[in-house]
Amino acid sequence: MEQIPILKVGRCLLVSIQIDMHDKLALALQDDLTQRLVETRARGVLIDISALDLVDSFIGRMLSNIAAMARVLDAQTVVVGMRPQVAITLVELGLTLTGIQTALDVDRGLALVNRLIDAEGDDGAGGAH
Amino acid sequence: MQVERTSTLEVRTPEDVVKVRQEVRNRTAAVGFSLVDQTKFVTAASEIARNTIDHGGGGHARVETILLAGRRGVRLTFEDEGPGIANIALAMQDGYSTGGGLGMGMPGSKRLSNEFYVESTPGKGTKVTLVRWKSS
Repeated sequence: MEQIPILKVGRCLLVSIQIDMHDKLALALQDDLTQRLVETRARGVLIDISALDLVDSFIGRMLSNIAAMARVLDAQTVVVGMRPQVAITLVELGLTLTGIQTALDVDRGLALVNRLIDAEGDDGAGGAH
Repeated sequence: MQVERTSTLEVRTPEDVVKVRQEVRNRTAAVGFSLVDQTKFVTAASEIARNTIDHGGGGHARVETILLAGRRGVRLTFEDEGPGIANIALAMQDGYSTGGGLGMGMPGSKRLSNEFYVESTPGKGTKVTLVRWKSS
């Protein structure tokens, strides 16, 4: 069974999507991430889409759903590495990634997600895990 | 108009949508589309392929390399034998959805194509044709 790995890095969960996802796989990732957020009590989610050569409405909706669910679970979501041609296409398609923060690469994304977590105030649940 | 190359793919499962994307990617690259134009047309194909499954109950896609007056392009034809679209004008509006989606598949795909045609007979099925030409 195909699965997209989810890594815990500090206070964050890191996901790097390296394959052309079909819709069932995208839904499975959404569920897995939610599950892992609860298990790990991570405060941030970093999704690297630098290997994706397309974001259509389904994948866009998955990203927005992940951000919304993470928000409910007290975590911040940052999407990193969107390719320029994918960004151009998204805008023309009419998709706005509601509730999603973006950064150019993983380094900047980690810095951003950590700033967002710090701005929220750490309740002590995240750091020790 | 001359059709230089044709391939037909099944569009029944989510994995088939990925195959359609790959075929359109390969074909637009072979014709010499820019990376941006490839991505636009692959994204349009992905949206309509998903509609073929979600709304049409599955069907097939034809991917053709076409030549008209010295211009090369790629034409995609998606056909299903589903319930059809009762109101095409409504389906072409941003944000209109009957399938629980975002309602941008049809209008968004039209924006990502140079030519876009929908023919639908309620009870008989739907045919969506998309054309994108190589920029000169």
